[in-house]
Amino acid sequence: MANPTPRVRMATQAKPGQVIEVKTLISHEMESGQRKDADGKVIPRKIIKAFVAKFNGKEIFRSDWHPAVSANPYLSFFVRVPEAGTFEFSWLDDDGSVYKAEQAVTIG
Amino acid sequence: MQRNASALSRRSMMVGASAAALAAVLAPRLAVASPVQVEAEINKLYAGKSIAEGKIKLDLPSIAENGLVVPLNFEVESPMTEKDYVKAVHVFADGNPNPGVASFYFTPMMPKAAAQIRMRLAQTQNIIAVAELADGSLYTARKEVKVTIGGCGG
Repeated sequence: MANPTPRVRMATQAKPGQVIEVKTLISHEMESGQRKDADGKVIPRKIIKAFVAKFNGKEIFRSDWHPAVSANPYLSFFVRVPEAGTFEFSWLDDDGSVYKAEQAVTIG
Repeated sequence: MQRNASALSRRSMMVGASAAALAAVLAPRLAVASPVQVEAEINKLYAGKSIAEGKIKLDLPSIAENGLVVPLNFEVESPMTEKDYVKAVHVFADGNPNPGVASFYFTPMMPKAAAQIRMRLAQTQNIIAVAELADGSLYTARKEVKVTIGGCGG
């Protein structure tokens, strides 16, 4: 599997206090642990189990996922932009890997 | 003597056969969560607390063509201020192999207690959301989604 690539779509400029929508997508099989391979052995679970959003280093939002979240997980939500800064997004894999993306937002 | 022996073996065969039949009926083809399991999960989080209906808007298709990708959009009514905000929203499915779908943890820095994801649903079932507010009050909403093609690879 190629390295899961996260993608984020959100405004890069906002008025102070403006509410903007964040759309995220990451390519990941989200192996549920329910499937069996050709020999009948269960394919072990391997999913992204958590998503964390921070603004200027402070956590603002978190989501925990179970295998019921679809493959190539899509997640959208809304953030406030109090001042110029950087949003950091992390996806935590069952195997300990962390995939990251960030977006700076300017005021204007 | 002879009759006793064959009667005994016939009886034990009957017992064996009915035990096997019972086992076949009880053994699930696909282990599925149930409303009882969803209740148990909710109790693990909020045992003994009362949960009111309302405040949660659950946006789900009534019929999902593809169980692998079912969009879920929710929003919990809240001013999202320092004192009055939504702490957590938990989403459950009562007909999937496991009851949990996802949990969302908000802070007052978030303008809306809302999110959108895509879920895998194995079959027609209810989606149940439970929201916990900062003051500890709990709200719930549920909606049935009919699934035409199940999303569990089976």
